Amino acid sequence: MESSALRIGSYSLLSRLIMGTGGITDLSALEKALVQSGTTLTTVAMRRYTPETKTSVFSMLERLGIDVLPNTAGCYTVKDTVLTAELAREALETDLIKVEVIADERTLLPDVIETLEATEQLADRGFTPLVYTSDDPAVALRLEQAGAAAVMPLGAPIGTGLGILNPHNIELICSRAAVPVVLDAGIGAASQAALAIELGCSAVLVASAVTRAQDPTAMAEAMRLAVEAGLHSARAGRIPKREHALASSPAAGIINPLEDLT
Amino acid sequence: MTTVRINDSDVDLPEQATVVDAVARTTGRELTDAGAPVDGGRLGVAVALDGEVVPRSRWATTELGAGHELEIVTAVQGG
Repeated sequence: MESSALRIGSYSLLSRLIMGTGGITDLSALEKALVQSGTTLTTVAMRRYTPETKTSVFSMLERLGIDVLPNTAGCYTVKDTVLTAELAREALETDLIKVEVIADERTLLPDVIETLEATEQLADRGFTPLVYTSDDPAVALRLEQAGAAAVMPLGAPIGTGLGILNPHNIELICSRAAVPVVLDAGIGAASQAALAIELGCSAVLVASAVTRAQDPTAMAEAMRLAVEAGLHSARAGRIPKREHALASSPAAGIINPLEDLT
Repeated sequence: MTTVRINDSDVDLPEQATVVDAVARTTGRELTDAGAPVDGGRLGVAVALDGEVVPRSRWATTELGAGHELEIVTAVQGG
């Protein structure tokens, strides 16, 4: 089954697996993992230029033909978020922006009030905002109305690997959204990426799960296969859940029917 | 000479230096007036002057003076 390109605003996303680049120091290991993941869109953060950082990640992604998705990680306010997004657009020549406004350092949970306002302002300024948010279905709808090109609810807090803590909410967000839903944050294992797609998500963003795995390249491949499996599974039409068992073998012709035993 | 704050450090630049000069000095790359690297490729850098983004098209015409605060940013690993 061909997985057709996903439209996010006017952008065509070819692979449903968006990757992050944080959490790994060895750039060649990161490169191997990115290639193995098959990703076509990968996040970067915006920071002050230093002789050490140079532009190595950007050059690498450009060389690999992977589009960049700048994020606003580290922003706490609308003002910082908008400035960071404007700098990213100028530096990287893309309208795509992953809006990430966090409430505090300890939980890294999104501040949805600031996020909503930032989304509205960025949409007005011509950005294509992909918006990191909580798994609250009401907030997801508000973000969509504010101009989010995609909503990105968390499965669990960033870097925890706890998976999808509230699958019901994720399913509800997906069932009502008119824009793509991308599961962002919390994934630790490939099965959780497959689940996200089965619940109705259009794509999955994975960072730490790959970059901090013992074997990032192997985990990248697992994630690619999981997203593909999830797409097949979601399109195949799963059986309804039942209260009690439903035999798949025929009841007729059993050699010792139950009534003979009484 | 004029002293400009670049990424939170004091940097001495010649009088009438522009944003292009500051970016060239910080990144160690020779730049055209359009802000493109002479050696080809993309620069991947953006500039904010006193909290406002300076588009690349205005780098060559934006002069820096004493007390100006410049942020020069690029993409790093993250997210």
